[in-house]
Amino acid sequence: MPIAIAFDSGGNAATEPWIKAAKPSYPCLIDRCHLVAELYDMVNVPTAVWIDERGKIVRPSEPAGVTDAFRKMNRTNFSIPTDAMAELQAKRKAYLDAIRDWVANGPASRFALSEPEVLRRMHTPDDAQVRAAANFRLGEFLFERGQAEAAKKYFEEAKRLRPESWNYKRQAWALEDPMKPGGPEFWAAVDSLGERKYYPGPEDI
Amino acid sequence: MTIDIVYGERATTGVDAESTAGGLWLSADDLNRVSGWEFKPQGFCKGDVCVPVPDARKSEFVATQRYNLAALAGLLGQPVVTDGEFNAWCFGEAAAERRRTLTSLDAPDFSLPDLDGKMHSLSDYRGKKVFVVSWASW
Repeated sequence: MPIAIAFDSGGNAATEPWIKAAKPSYPCLIDRCHLVAELYDMVNVPTAVWIDERGKIVRPSEPAGVTDAFRKMNRTNFSIPTDAMAELQAKRKAYLDAIRDWVANGPASRFALSEPEVLRRMHTPDDAQVRAAANFRLGEFLFERGQAEAAKKYFEEAKRLRPESWNYKRQAWALEDPMKPGGPEFWAAVDSLGERKYYPGPEDI
Repeated sequence: MTIDIVYGERATTGVDAESTAGGLWLSADDLNRVSGWEFKPQGFCKGDVCVPVPDARKSEFVATQRYNLAALAGLLGQPVVTDGEFNAWCFGEAAAERRRTLTSLDAPDFSLPDLDGKMHSLSDYRGKKVFVVSWASW
């Protein structure tokens, strides 16, 4: 069963056009507070976690079949080079095939990881990162109460404490201006990654 | 004074509280209403979990008819963020508790609404494989 979670403080107003267009046959839930991101330590979208019939995590949070192909985009005409696009499509196909293999074979699937491997791949938050989450939560609360200006400093603190969270950055930008998450600030932040990945994850699924 | 308290995903507005240096004192009813904790002879309790309060430090946590939620947060290692202008306090989850939950490999439960406001919990889908995937409009 797929469950899609929208990390969206804009709630229904922000997500409804996308959900209506997708016509999903599975639950699409609205997570205004980014609760699931906090519970599963997710810092970007799309991030996925696999949970078996017993409620056990068999793959911890990981980028869901995506690559950094968009970084090679021509920022004038938005085209992506053929080789980067092919790599993205191959990665997406491999990820979807892995899900199908798990659905068919359960724990016998090589993509359902052993407990030690889940723990090896899993990131757990430290004190600064839970403090970042509390700042983000207070910012989101104040924003929802109509205090957008007051919310900003808590979003800023969340971003400072957890710079690897694109959820914090892009959500805060979106609340200022819906165009900002894809604007110059975003590209400057992406460029500042240098050799680091936007979607860090295992090379081999 | 009246304050707003965000405790994890729960937000409670208009709570009667006394704020002191390093303290946020609530009535027993409000302590339970905003945080789910209650004070018992064995300490602060929520469900099956009780956190003893050191006898020598009891006055930091308990006064006449009031309980210090900020001191309890310190004992639990929870991050606390406050906004003085809007009298808002936010209590997050302790890193150690997050680590304990995640490394148990038991998928943390959550309940969220769909577009129609219908609530769905992860636990509703126990017995099925679940692929949880995030997205956003931004």
